[in-house]
Amino acid sequence: MIPIRPSSKPSTANDPLGPEAPLPGRFLGGPAFAGGYGYEFMPSIIEAHELRKVFGPFVAVDDITFEVRPGECFGLLGPNGAGKTSTIRMLYGFSPVSAGELRLFGLDVRAELRRIKQRTGICQQEDNLDPDLTVRQNMTVYARYFNLADSQAAERIDRLLAFVQLDRRQQTPIQQLSGGMKRRLMLARALLNEPELLILDEPTTGLDPQSRQQIWQRLDELRRQGMTILLTTHYMEEAAQLCDRLVILDNGRILVEGTPASLVAQHAGRELLEVRQPDAAVREWLVAAGVALEDLGYRLVIAGEGVRELREALHSRFPALAVDLRMGNLEDVFLKLTGRDLRE
Amino acid sequence: MSEAAISMRLWRVWQRNLTVYRKTWKVSFLPPLLEPIFYLAAFGAGMGRLVGEVHYAGAAVRYVDFLAPALLSVTVLYNAFFENTYNSFVRMFYQRTYDAMLATPLTLPEILLGEILWGATKALIAAALMQALLTLLGLVSYPTGLLLPLYAVIGGLAFASLGMLFTAIVPAIETFNLPIFLFITPMFLFSGTFFPLDGLPTWAQRLAQALPLTWLVQAMRGAALGRPDPHAWAGLGLLLAMALLLTPIAIRRMQRRLLP
Repeated sequence: MIPIRPSSKPSTANDPLGPEAPLPGRFLGGPAFAGGYGYEFMPSIIEAHELRKVFGPFVAVDDITFEVRPGECFGLLGPNGAGKTSTIRMLYGFSPVSAGELRLFGLDVRAELRRIKQRTGICQQEDNLDPDLTVRQNMTVYARYFNLADSQAAERIDRLLAFVQLDRRQQTPIQQLSGGMKRRLMLARALLNEPELLILDEPTTGLDPQSRQQIWQRLDELRRQGMTILLTTHYMEEAAQLCDRLVILDNGRILVEGTPASLVAQHAGRELLEVRQPDAAVREWLVAAGVALEDLGYRLVIAGEGVRELREALHSRFPALAVDLRMGNLEDVFLKLTGRDLRE
Repeated sequence: MSEAAISMRLWRVWQRNLTVYRKTWKVSFLPPLLEPIFYLAAFGAGMGRLVGEVHYAGAAVRYVDFLAPALLSVTVLYNAFFENTYNSFVRMFYQRTYDAMLATPLTLPEILLGEILWGATKALIAAALMQALLTLLGLVSYPTGLLLPLYAVIGGLAFASLGMLFTAIVPAIETFNLPIFLFITPMFLFSGTFFPLDGLPTWAQRLAQALPLTWLVQAMRGAALGRPDPHAWAGLGLLLAMALLLTPIAIRRMQRRLLP
């Protein structure tokens, strides 16, 4: 199944969800290409330079600089209020840039927003499907906003509804769709203009695990076809699965940038010990041993060198204690960098 | 902006509303056909017997003939104003339809213009239906009656842009009650709709002359009675000026609201 640019490979256009199908989007440069030798010859898809957004005295985005390269999936992570939404709203022109540079496809958002939007697919966080219309009408009406010819739109709609597995629901009113179906329809709608860049604002928030998996599969497929994706999320698992590269934002600033694996290695450690339900004796023993730990109350997290030896020592000293050795993950990085305070 | 903020794409917004309207046209067609029947029955048959004839523009006119074009004007007012207040507000605020549109190459000025043109179109459809019924009842003179659809569009644009301005500034949908009670209801009653303005004290006449609905009623009554009002074009010009003045204000206020 080739949801984008079928015209370049008409022979595979009817191939239902064939994972081995050729990838026509590759000409944009896949992740390997983007990360490899040649990307400096390709303009970046997104360039933000000292980008700033202020609301009165409040600084929502504080001079951030980042770049999204062709064919990569780039993640914008951060707790609530970190500046993710303000950044993404500037990207699609919902919020004027206060200062700094912001270019998409080399075009300035302040001057050429319409041309930028013609080439961008936007999947907003809130459901804004048209409840007055059916599934298919939602697609038809949206295609008209891009000035697509009717026949071209009809062909794309067939293909995209099949891609998100809503082809049997064409006449269904929006109110009768589940949350997962609505999100899939929003994704299909965002692909109608065959975008070069797909912007997804929390694409799976509020979905059940099955629906989330389905969205991930679709996004992974798009990514393999070479679609450039920018995504915000606060699901670390989502970011780890999908993103080639990401930044973690807090208080309007970029804290770190890198690949999920490099960030985990650098900030969380590859292996962590987790001690569950520790009592006072365990804590005293660890403190006496000079072990640096993070105390979450009901569990302790210990990172760093020698955690395997420490686990043996804990086992022999406290045989009944539950001690797990696990891999470090992006959530550890995120919590370490942004703290554990509740954001509301 | 180096790109033009307004293009013919604005008709895509109009077209979206037409698509929705066509799903519910059977329901939408009823009010303009039923309303004049109710009003003419209540005011024409009921009041008409009390009033008989009214003195209008130097001639005696049957009360139903006097009333019919006013009903047409009120239909234009209500269809345009309510489309671009309640219905537009629901699309803008609850359904986030504007947000979805703004994610496409459409601009905010195009969205609001498309909405206002749609409000005027809805007013035209309702007025044309009602005119057809009034014609069957022998209450419209021709050929001057052929001007009525044009007047409906002009009035529709004025009241649609007024509605759009309120949509851009009200904090919540309940707030529409305020302009309706302060402005729409008084206009409905005092714009020479149910009684001629000639008999009123001078100050009341002046006040009524300042109401936009009065301008539309005068133009439509002249056309429907077959004796065009010499002042009609001035009033219609004012209605157009009102649309041209209020639309950019509505756009600016909506920009502040949706794209902070």
